Amino acid sequence: MNLLRTYILPRILQWALVIFVGISATFLIPRLSPYNPVDEMIGRMTAFASIDPHAVVSMRESATALFGLDGTLLEQYGRFWSRLLQGDLGVSFGNFPRKVSDIIAAGLPWSVGLLTTTIIISWTIGVFLGALAGYFHNRRWSQFLERFVVVVYPVPYLITALVLFIIFGAWLQIFPIMGGSRGEPALTWKYISTVLYFGFLPALSIVIGAIAFRFIMAKALTTTEIANDYVQYAELAAVPKRKIILFYVARNTMLPQVTDLALAFGAIFEGALITEILFAYPGLGFVLYNAIYNADYNIIMGVALLSIVGVATAMLIIDLLYPVLDPRVRLR
Amino acid sequence: MFTTIRDLIKFSPSFRFGSLILLIVAVMIVLSFFSPYDPGKLRRKVKRNQPPSAAFVFGTTSQGEDVFWSTTFAVRNTLSISIIAVAIGRGIGVMLGMLSGYFGGIFDRIAQSTVESFIVIPRLPLIILIASILRGSMTMYSLGILIGLFDWAHPSKRYRSQVLSLRERDFTHTAVFSGMSTVRIVIREHLPFIIPYMLADVISGFLFSIGFEVTLSYLGLADLDSPTVGTMIYWATYYQSVFAGRAWVIIVPIVTVVLMVLGFYLMSVGLGEYLDPRKRLVRLSAHVGEDAPDDDSRKEEDEIWAP
Repeated sequence: MNLLRTYILPRILQWALVIFVGISATFLIPRLSPYNPVDEMIGRMTAFASIDPHAVVSMRESATALFGLDGTLLEQYGRFWSRLLQGDLGVSFGNFPRKVSDIIAAGLPWSVGLLTTTIIISWTIGVFLGALAGYFHNRRWSQFLERFVVVVYPVPYLITALVLFIIFGAWLQIFPIMGGSRGEPALTWKYISTVLYFGFLPALSIVIGAIAFRFIMAKALTTTEIANDYVQYAELAAVPKRKIILFYVARNTMLPQVTDLALAFGAIFEGALITEILFAYPGLGFVLYNAIYNADYNIIMGVALLSIVGVATAMLIIDLLYPVLDPRVRLR
Repeated sequence: MFTTIRDLIKFSPSFRFGSLILLIVAVMIVLSFFSPYDPGKLRRKVKRNQPPSAAFVFGTTSQGEDVFWSTTFAVRNTLSISIIAVAIGRGIGVMLGMLSGYFGGIFDRIAQSTVESFIVIPRLPLIILIASILRGSMTMYSLGILIGLFDWAHPSKRYRSQVLSLRERDFTHTAVFSGMSTVRIVIREHLPFIIPYMLADVISGFLFSIGFEVTLSYLGLADLDSPTVGTMIYWATYYQSVFAGRAWVIIVPIVTVVLMVLGFYLMSVGLGEYLDPRKRLVRLSAHVGEDAPDDDSRKEEDEIWAP
C-alpha cells in the first residue's frame, strides 16, 4: 500500500501530466502559426492535380474540423480531446479516404519491433562492455574501446545511419537500403529471414549510438562502484574476476541504468524515426517522412501524438518495473 | 578563466584535441569571409560535378557550387544557427532553473512538473510538426529559434539542482547570517560556481543543436537555399551523389559534421573531468603514491569545484 502511494501513484500522475502537456502542445502549435494550414494544404494539392470538387469540399471540412478552426479556442480544445479519446485522428490528405489511424497502425509494428530489438541489444552490450572496460580501465583494449566510443558518441543518429547507408548499402551493396521485407508476410523462416536481413542496417545504425551512450554511463558507474570495499574484499577472497564483474559490479550498476533507460527512451525513439526515413523502413518514421512531403498535417499530428503517448507509456512501464528490480524501493 | 583554459589545454588530452579540431572549424569560418563567391550566389559559378582537383579542393556539386567554399559558409551558418539555439535554450533554462531553485515552493513544483513533462516528450515529431507548418517561410534564424525553444528542459533541471546544493552550503549560511543581501549572495557567491557549469552546458548545447540542424535540413524542413552542413547533405542526396559516383559531395559535409560535434564533445569531456569531483578523486587515488605532498592543495581545489 505504501509502495502504491509513494512510488506508483506519483508516476502514473506524472504520466498523465506528460500526455496532457504533450497533447495540448500539439493542439496549440498549429494554432499559433500565422498560416492557415487548411488553405495552405488545399492550395498545394489543387495546384498540381485536378481533384474531384466533392473531395475538395470534404477535405476542407475534415481539415477544418480536425484543426478545429471553428468556434472559440476553448471549444476547439474540448472537441479535440473528445475526438481523440474516441481514437479519431481524421483522414489522410495524401491518400485521401484512408484513415490516419489505419496508416499509423500499419507502420507501428515495424517501429515497435525495431525499437524493442535495438534497445535490448544496445542496453545489454553497453552495460556489459562498460562494466568490463570500467573494471579493467588500465588495459590497452579498454582504452582503445573508450577512444572509439568517444568518437562515435557525439555523432548524430542521422550521420551514423548515412555513413552505414553509403558504405554497406551503396558502395559494398551487401545490405538492402529500401523496405522492410520481401515476399508475402508469413510465419516461415524464409519471410522472417528477409525481415532480419532488411532490418539489419537500420538496427545497426541505432545500436551503435545507443551502445556508445550506455557504455559511457556504465563505465562511469563501474569506476565509482569498484572503489567500494566489497569489491576489494571479493578480490582478496580470490572470487573469480568474471564473477565479480558480472554478479557484483555489473549488477549494482544496472539499477541506475534502468532508470536512465526510461529517460533515454525518447532519444532512441527519435533515432529510430530518422533511421526509418533514411532506409525507407516501413515504420512510423517513414510514414512521417511521406507525410512531410505531402504536407499531410493529419498524419504528422497523429505521429506526434502517438509518439508522445507511446514514449511516455514506455517510460511508465520501465518506471513501474523498477521496484521489481530494486528491493530497496519495495521495502521503503 | 584564462588560467582555467590554459590548465585544461595543458592537462586534459581530450580538451586539447577538441580545441584543436575547433581551431580548424574556426579557420574555416574565417576563410568564409575571404571567399571568392557571394554567400547568396554560390550556385552555377563553376563547372558541375568536378572531382576534387587542384582548382577545386573538394570538387564541385551538381548545382555548380565549389564544395570547399560552400563548406566554409556552411560551417559558419550551422554555427550561427547553433549559437541562436543555444542562447535561447540556455537562456530559458538558466532563468527557470535558478528561479525555481531559489524560490522553491509552489512555483518550483509547477515548474518542475512542466520540465519533467518536456523532458519526456519526444521533441523531433513536435519540431517536425512546427517546421512543416512553417515550411517555405523558414529562415536560418527561425530554425535556430525553433531548436532553442525545445532545448531548455534538461539544462533547467541541472541548474536547479546546482542552486539547491549551493543554497545548503555553509558559506551561504555564513553570508546570510552576516547580513548579505540575496542578490549579492547570488551574484558574488553563487555565480562563480554556476558559470563553469554553464560553460560545459553550453558546449553540450552545441552538440544538440548541430545534430538537430542537420536532421531538419536533411528532411527538407530548413531554408534550403542558404548553405548549412545539413542543406549540403540534403542537396547531395537530392542529386543522388552516392549512386552517381560523386561521393565527395556528400563525404565533405559528413566529415565536417563529425569534426564539429567531436570537437565540441571532446572539449566538454575535458571540462566535465575538470569539474567532476568524483573523477578527480579517482585520479587522485591512482596517483596517490607519486605526488602525496601535492595532495592537500589538490583537495582544496576539489572542494572549490565540488557541486
